Amino acid sequence: MRELFTRVFAIFWKDLLSELRTKEVATSVLVFALLVVVIFNFAFESGEDTIGLVAPGILWVAFTFAGVLGLNHTFATEKENSSLEGLMLCPVERYVIYLGKLAGSFTFMLVVAAIITPIFLVLFNLPLCLPRLALIIVLATVGFTSVGTLFSALSAHTKAREIMLPILFLPVVVPVLIAAVKATGVVLDGGAWSDMSTWLQILVAFDIIFLVVSVLVFEFVIEE
Amino acid sequence: MRERSVMLSNILLGLGCALMIAALYLVFIYAPTEEAMGDVQRIFYFHVALAWVAFLAFFVVFICSILYLWKRDVRWDTVARSSAELGVVFTTLVLITGPIWARPVWGVWWTWDARLTATLVLWLTYVAYLLVRGFATEESRGARFAAVLGIVGFIDVPIVYLAIHLWRTHHPPALVGDLVSSMLLTLLVSVAAFTLLFIILLKGSVSVRNMEAEVRHLKDSKMNRRNY
Repeated sequence: MRELFTRVFAIFWKDLLSELRTKEVATSVLVFALLVVVIFNFAFESGEDTIGLVAPGILWVAFTFAGVLGLNHTFATEKENSSLEGLMLCPVERYVIYLGKLAGSFTFMLVVAAIITPIFLVLFNLPLCLPRLALIIVLATVGFTSVGTLFSALSAHTKAREIMLPILFLPVVVPVLIAAVKATGVVLDGGAWSDMSTWLQILVAFDIIFLVVSVLVFEFVIEE
Repeated sequence: MRERSVMLSNILLGLGCALMIAALYLVFIYAPTEEAMGDVQRIFYFHVALAWVAFLAFFVVFICSILYLWKRDVRWDTVARSSAELGVVFTTLVLITGPIWARPVWGVWWTWDARLTATLVLWLTYVAYLLVRGFATEESRGARFAAVLGIVGFIDVPIVYLAIHLWRTHHPPALVGDLVSSMLLTLLVSVAAFTLLFIILLKGSVSVRNMEAEVRHLKDSKMNRRNY
């Protein structure tokens, strides 16, 4: 167990380090997510009365699109420098690579969310109910990145990978999106815990199922 | 071996034709007209049968995808691929027959209800399944990717359905229990006819794919001989 953790951490640390040095993806994704929030503000012409209805949707559309953008890079960068072969030569099981990559994407998306969410709440004059929102974001991000990392590895080997990832990814994460939007709606309305527990359960179920499935099938995706 | 397979195909085809004609007779002439909805309700017999076959097709994709990744036998991949194509065709028909029925009955073509939305998401997932093969850099890789999606997509179905169900639902619940016996008989024959149609089409599609592979193999071996 300890050994597994060290190995996963090594891959995770490699990704984190390369991102910290270039800051390429983080900045672009962050700006993109912010832009989505701003554009949607125009698209819905959100006034005081409608904001409660559209706000959760805007936030999650921004996260989803930003997530697709970030996840595209997860394996694309490995592919560009042919470093995927190097990664595969590592004397570790294939699912360790998956878990390492997943940890990287997860942290990365969480950082983006941590910056975007407060800005979003301030821009739309919403209550700063961060702790409960943070729980939803963490659970949904696990769901997004568990499926996303798998599909990112998959689409890296296809011809039109920028478009292939969203085509594969979006239909599968529909449950996460619904649950996250609904739970966020409850939080922003100041609803009770019991109102959002169903949605949290769906998120947890999705996370567990797709973590297990992805770990099981990942080796078939990157094998040569 | 081949002769027997041809004979089996012919028997299936004959049976399928007979059953389809029987289903058409039952749907349009035998079954009583529904009181509230009128004649438009007759599309129900096709709609439900198509939906059942679509789901069956995706289940076949799921099973064959697992078997392909496990055994690495191309035959499973061929079946999965053919079944996915048919599944997409049948789901498309479900999505077309549904609105034709919904418009006069509900007054709208489409509503974002659990079953409708889940079917649409299912359709999108398997369109992606077919796309990923086309976009994969190699054929064997495409087969593996498609198999992964065939598994992930199918496992996703119940979760999608549950999530959307909790979100909102209008679709009439499965009303098989309330059907009068003549309607139930019509539905069952229709389902049987379409299931047989699916099996015939799947068999045909698989045999065409196998022939394609054989031709390619022969061509490759001939080319190699010329080169050496």
